[in-house]
This record gives sequence, structure tokens and C-alpha cells, in this order.
Amino acid sequence: MSWLHIAVILPLIFALLIPVLYRFYKRVHLGWFVLPIPVVLFAYFLTYLQPTISGHYEIASAKWMPQIGMNFDIYIDGLGLLFSLLITGIGSLVVLYSISYLSRSEQLGNFYCYLLMFMSAMLGVVLSDNLLVLYLFWELTSFSSFLLISFWRHKDKSLYGAMKSMIITVFGGLSLLGGFILLFIASETWSIREIISHINEIQSSPFFLLAMIFIILGAMTKSAQFPFYIWLPDAMEAPTPVSAYLHSATMVKAGIYLIARFTPIFAISQGWIWAVTLFGLITLFWGSLNATKQQDLKGILAFSTVSQLGMIMSMLGIGAVSYHFNGAQNQFYIAAYSAAIFHLINHATFKGALFMITGAVDHATGTRDIKKLGGLMTIMPISFTLAIVTSLSMAGVPPFNGFLSKEQFLEAMIEVTSANIFSLNTVGLLLPIIAVIGSIFTFVYSFKFISEIFLGRHQPEALPHKAHEASLLMNISPIILSTLVIAIGLFPSLVSGPLVEPAVKSIANVDSVTAKFHLWHGFTPAFMATLIIYAVGAILLLTHKKWVGILKAMPQWLTFNHWYNQAGRYSPFYATQLTRTYMTGFSRNNIVIIFGTLILITAITLISAPFTFDFKHVSPIRPYEFISVITIIIAAVMIIFARSRLFSIIMLSAVGYSMAIFFIFFNAPDLALTQFVVETITTALFLLCFYHLPNMSRYNETPKFKIVNAMISIGVGLVVTILGLIAYGNRHFVSISEFYKKHVYDLAEGKNMVNVILVDFRGTDTLFESAVLGIAGMAIYTLIKLRAKHKNGYERVENSEQTEK
Amino acid sequence: MEIVLIVICGLLTSIGVYLILSKSLIRIIIGTALLTHAANLFLLTMGGLKTGNVPIFEKDVTNYVDPIPQALILTAIVISFAVTAFFLVLAFRSYKELGTDNVERMKGVPQDDDE
Repeated sequence: MSWLHIAVILPLIFALLIPVLYRFYKRVHLGWFVLPIPVVLFAYFLTYLQPTISGHYEIASAKWMPQIGMNFDIYIDGLGLLFSLLITGIGSLVVLYSISYLSRSEQLGNFYCYLLMFMSAMLGVVLSDNLLVLYLFWELTSFSSFLLISFWRHKDKSLYGAMKSMIITVFGGLSLLGGFILLFIASETWSIREIISHINEIQSSPFFLLAMIFIILGAMTKSAQFPFYIWLPDAMEAPTPVSAYLHSATMVKAGIYLIARFTPIFAISQGWIWAVTLFGLITLFWGSLNATKQQDLKGILAFSTVSQLGMIMSMLGIGAVSYHFNGAQNQFYIAAYSAAIFHLINHATFKGALFMITGAVDHATGTRDIKKLGGLMTIMPISFTLAIVTSLSMAGVPPFNGFLSKEQFLEAMIEVTSANIFSLNTVGLLLPIIAVIGSIFTFVYSFKFISEIFLGRHQPEALPHKAHEASLLMNISPIILSTLVIAIGLFPSLVSGPLVEPAVKSIANVDSVTAKFHLWHGFTPAFMATLIIYAVGAILLLTHKKWVGILKAMPQWLTFNHWYNQAGRYSPFYATQLTRTYMTGFSRNNIVIIFGTLILITAITLISAPFTFDFKHVSPIRPYEFISVITIIIAAVMIIFARSRLFSIIMLSAVGYSMAIFFIFFNAPDLALTQFVVETITTALFLLCFYHLPNMSRYNETPKFKIVNAMISIGVGLVVTILGLIAYGNRHFVSISEFYKKHVYDLAEGKNMVNVILVDFRGTDTLFESAVLGIAGMAIYTLIKLRAKHKNGYERVENSEQTEK
Repeated sequence: MEIVLIVICGLLTSIGVYLILSKSLIRIIIGTALLTHAANLFLLTMGGLKTGNVPIFEKDVTNYVDPIPQALILTAIVISFAVTAFFLVLAFRSYKELGTDNVERMKGVPQDDDE
């Protein structure tokens, strides 16, 4: 254990204290107790900033389950540190914000417990070096996110959203586990660093492609990429601090982290570059398109998050091209990584702030519906200012930080079309086009966000509450974030040197990276593209009312939500249908399945394996035995056709007595004795019971029913016969009974071998056989004597004696 | 002789299975009894029917039939007797309680919370 380990699990430990604090310190808002944790952790992680810039990284290891190679290894490099700072930094601000957002009448204990759990899980994800531990924390983020989304669990929509996000992210999580296991098989280590150092073995392994697909799937579900983005808009039922923290700044970036972390392993593959880039771009386009038609403020932000994540993802895909080039060209594509990391930071700042502003507006007016909102500019001036700063940053307008990363993004998209590998220079021309279209819609919804809330006509009568400015406490966090938005915009070197460059180094595996961002960089193609975006965006914004109707008219069955819901509705339905086909509740059905399987398995075995019959040791048929054989056959066949129960029981006894006679013929006196006695008692019992039972009825057995039964029974009979014949003809060893025959008198002082075996050599069998008899006796006694007291259900059959025919 | 007995085992088994697949409780129980006989006979046959003496030790006899299958069958007879007796009483009781011995009608639980 080291300080790093403690830092990762500190929130988890503190989560255990929460119930105590919540119970005994009612007067102070619980958030104040929680606040120091992320702040202290933030400060702690800041101390790693200096070493990381100079290229060092820290490793700490603790044994957990060394037998399977699961060690709690912490590895802090540029990428891990960047994410840790985001998690703890935004975490502090969110906790501060939640103090004013959640009133003390809420279940604060639960809320902060879940939140701290989540914080620990997230730190574990970004700092783990061991794949198993990484997966463990990964699932913990899914679970704590599930708990946080369903925080208001009396609302149906919360539960629906929580369930949906759970199903989708756990699906991805499991596929991730599959990918990790394949990586382990290929490299025989769970440590990410060691996997990267054994890179050649993995790239030549047959599991390379499969592991890649699984890991991409895991990352895409978590980071809400197309088509798995559908859980994110429904997760907006969570309290706003949760949305700000989990669903914009941290958890949804776990997938991005994963892609970045595994780039050195998979970047060599063309599939990786295309999959990550293309799905990122489609997500960007689709998310921004859908964001323009949302009615709910948080809906806009959710789709905006989806699209921005797609943008970051696509840049990570383009950055992977750098693995295929050397020297100056290499640096060229690495710029895409810098842009991705830079935008990651920017997105965390402005999206966190936007969510908080939405929460403040919601708090102040009681609604998030854009139809009811409007004209709040003069009523909420601070929120208005913050919204302008952050929204314009999201739209990519100078001088805010979003502009810088968007320029870099466009530049990367345009540059990549000149790479002459993997048909990037032909089909790749699509990439900048989709990127520009996506950015246009981003521009539209960002402006819409401002205008719908703050501009236009104020409708006090539509609002549940009277609008007012949010409290100072509520505004602190968005103010800090907006300040960052401006500061990074004006002085990008604030983050590019200390944060972006070390992070890019750990993705790109090169020694020197220079990340430079300029507000003004000349008339480049990217700048032209930006001008086009502004122009078309402005036109679309003005004509918004005309075309948004077309978007909204998109039929239901074209949406992924529709298919998700249909799958949720019909899979239990069809599962029930399927189960009903074989679980009919009749025992005959199960018996048919069991015997059918027996016949099938035997048939398959006999067909596939060669077998021989061999009858060397067959004994001759003696004439008097023949009589018994005839009796038994006639008696057995007659049972089938018997109509009265008396006849069938007599036939059954005939079979039994013939058995006894067989035992006499084959020199088994004890058996014959027992068989005679038992058969007599059984017959008596049958007769006794039959007096009370109805006459045998066939209950209208149809011919079809009979034929199926006959086929199955003949099949089973054949199985027994054939297996018996094969087994009899293929003996390999002498029986052990020679020992018993020899030593029955000198060792056991008995002459009757069967009896000696029963009570001496193998006496335990006899003991438990007696136990069976005793238990059966007790059970019969209980059945007859003890009767349930009937309340009202069914009536006892007292007088329905058998109706003799 | 063994071949004949094995075929008889097969015959008894198929008749037993046929009866077990029917709807009447009594026929099912008779079917299980027949299956027991089949199994016992099978055990005896597979032990070998080579003619030998009764397995009771005598000084100058060395040729006995195999005693082990006999011990096994003896155990099996007693156990199957216990089970058959229990089944019979169970069938008797269930007929008294449910009013039918048709297995197809014995479905679900007769319950009083059937709202």
C-alpha cells in the first residue's frame, strides 16, 4: 500500500462514514463534510504535476490475488494524472454545487455515499495498471452511476433511465472483460505496461482482432457512442449535479480514456483507425442533429455531450495514424491527439458549467422546458453571462477555449485526407464533410440554448415558480468553470504544457510532443471551414422554425430507442413463449424429453463409434427356462392391453413370479426367496389400494398420443437391448468375485456368499437399504395419518368411489 | 440364453416406458414396477449365466455362479419394494384428495388464494 492506493480508495472509505455523519450531524449540510475529500485529493494529485511534466511516472503495487495475477497496481502518467485531476477537480466543484442544489430534506446520506463510491471507482479506472482491477472499477462506475440516476426512485422515468444505462453499460463492460481476457491470453500478463512492451506478440496473435472489437465495444457503450448513445439522454433524470459530474465530465470519458490507453496496442490496425474515427464522427453528427430538436434543456445538453464525445473519439482515431509515419509527418498526426486531450479538458469545463446553469435555471423557475422559458436575461444576469461564455465556447467561437480545440479538430480532419494509407486519401474525404456538418449543428444548438432561455419574451404565467437569480453558493462552481473557459481560451499554454503534452506522450509513445494552440493561425483551410460553419449555422439558426418540424417528424421506428424498447418488450415475451412450449406442467412431457434425449444420444454415439457383438461365452438355452421366457413375454404384453386393473395386477405378478423362477434357474436361492415374498406383498398392496382407486381409464388417448408413446418406448427398449448386447460381448477383465468366493469362509466365517457380502463385505449398503425401508414406512404412515386442514380451496373427495364398468 | 434374456429386458423396458408415458396414475406405477424387473434381470444377465453351483461355500467345489450381482439385486429388490409401496400409498392419497388419477389434470396447486 502506498499513498496512491490510499488516494484511490479514500472516497470509498469515507463513504462508509457517511451514514454515521448523516445520522448524528443533522444541522450541517452533509456536503460540507464531503467537500474536503475531493479538494484534498485534487491538491494531492497536483503534486504529481511536476514529475509528470519532466517525464517521470510513478508505479505503486499492492498484492491482491497474486495467484491469478490480480494486483492492485497503480500507474500514474500524463494521461492518468489528467483524468485524476479532472475527476477530483470537477468533483470538488460538483460537491460544492450540490450543497446548494439538494435541500436537506433529500436523502443526502445516500447521495453522497453513491457519489463518493463513484469517485473512487473512477479514480481506480484511470489509475489502474492491472486489467482485472481496471475492469472491477469499471463495473463499479456502472453500478454507482445506476444508483445515482435512480436517486429519485419514486419516479418511473428515473428507474427506466437507470435500468437502461445499466443494461447498456454492463453489456459493454462484459464485452470489455472478454477483450481483456483475450489480451491476457495473447500476452500472458494483466499489466497494461507489460502488454505494451510485448506488443509484437499481441499484434501477431490470432486474438488481436477479436480483442480489439470487444474493447471498442466496451469503450463505445460507456462513452455513449453511436448507436449506444441512447442511455445518456434518459440518464438525465438524475439530479443535475450527477448529470454534470458523471454524464458530462467523468464517467462518459472513461471510454475515451480506454481508447487512449489502448491506442499503443491497437493503433497498428486499420480497423481501429477507421472504427474509432468513423463512429466518432457519426456520433458527432447524429448527436448534434438531435440536440437541435430537444425540448428539454438537459436533453439538449445530453445530446451535445454525445456529439462532443464523438468529436474527441474521432480525433483519437486520427491520432492513431501517427503510428504509421515517422518524423515530421508523425508530429503532424500527433497534433490530433493534442487536440483530443485539449478538447477533453475544455469539454469538461464548459459542459460542467452548462449543466450547473441549467440546474440553477431549473431551481429558479421550476421547469426545464424551453417552451415555457424565455426572457430571463434581466432576471438572471449572472447565469446569462455564464451561459454566453460557455455556450459560445461549445459552439467554437473565439476567444473561448472551445474555439481552439474546434480549429484543431477541423485541421486534423482536413489533414488526414492527405495520408496515403488505408484509403484515407480517397474515402477519407468524407471525414471533413461530416465533421463540418456536425459542427454546423453544434453551432445551432449552442445558440439556441442561450436564446431559448434568456432571450425572447418572458412568460411568468407559464413558470411554476417566480423566476429569480440563483444563490451565490450555486453560482460559485459555474463561475469558476467559466473563468477557466476564458482563461484557457486566452492563454492555452496554461494547460497545454503541464497537462496536454504529458498526456499525449503517454498515448503516442514518442519522446517529444509540442502542443501549441493559437487563437489566430492564418487563413488555413480549417479557418475557412470555420467561416462556413458560422455562415451556414447562422442561416440555419434564423430559419430554425422551418426545418426543425421535419426533424421532429422522423418516424418512431427509425429511432434506436424504439428498437431498444421493442427488444425489452418482446424478449421476455418470446422467452415465455419458448418456455411454454416445453414446460407444459405435465410430467409426461418431461419424460418424453428425457427418453428422447437418451435415444438420441445413444443413436449418435453408436453411429459415430464403431462397435462389435461377440457371443463366445453365451450359455445354452435349457428347455424349462423357455417356459418362463414365454410366460414373462405374454404377461408383459398383456399388461398393455389390460382393461381392468385386476387383470393388469395379476399379469404384473406373473412377471414378478417368473422373475423369481428365473432366479431359481440361475442358482440364486436368496433372490428367489426375496422375490417371491416381495412380489406377494406388493400384489397384496396393489389389491388393497386398488379397492380405493378408480378403474383404469385411458382418458381418451388419441392414436397420435399412442403412436408417439410407442415409438419412444420401442426406442428405449432398443437402446437397452443393443447396449446390453454390446456390453455383454465386450468384457475385458475378470470379475472381482473370485476374492469373495475364495475367502468367504476363512475370512468371514460364513458359507452363504450372498449373505456374507450383504452383511460383512459390503455391509454399509445393507444399512442404508434398511434406512430406505424405514423411511418409506414412516412416509407411508405420515401420508395416511397426517392430513392438511383444508381451509376453503378444494373439496375432499369422499364419495367419489370408483365407478365399475 | 443371455441374448434371449437381454431381449426380454428390452421388451420389459419398452413396456414399462410405454406405461409410464400414459395418463393414468396406476399404469404409471405398474410401469415403474416393470422397469424394476427389467433392471434386476439385466443385472443378473450381465453378471453372466455360466452354469455353476449355488454360491454357498462347500469345501471341494470351486465353480460357483457370481455372487456379487445377486447381492446387488437383493438390495435393489428391497429398495424398489419400499419405493413402490410409497408410490402406491401416494397414488391412493392423491386420488382421495384430488378426485382424479388422470395425470394431465394434476396441474397447478389447488390454492385458496386464487383471486
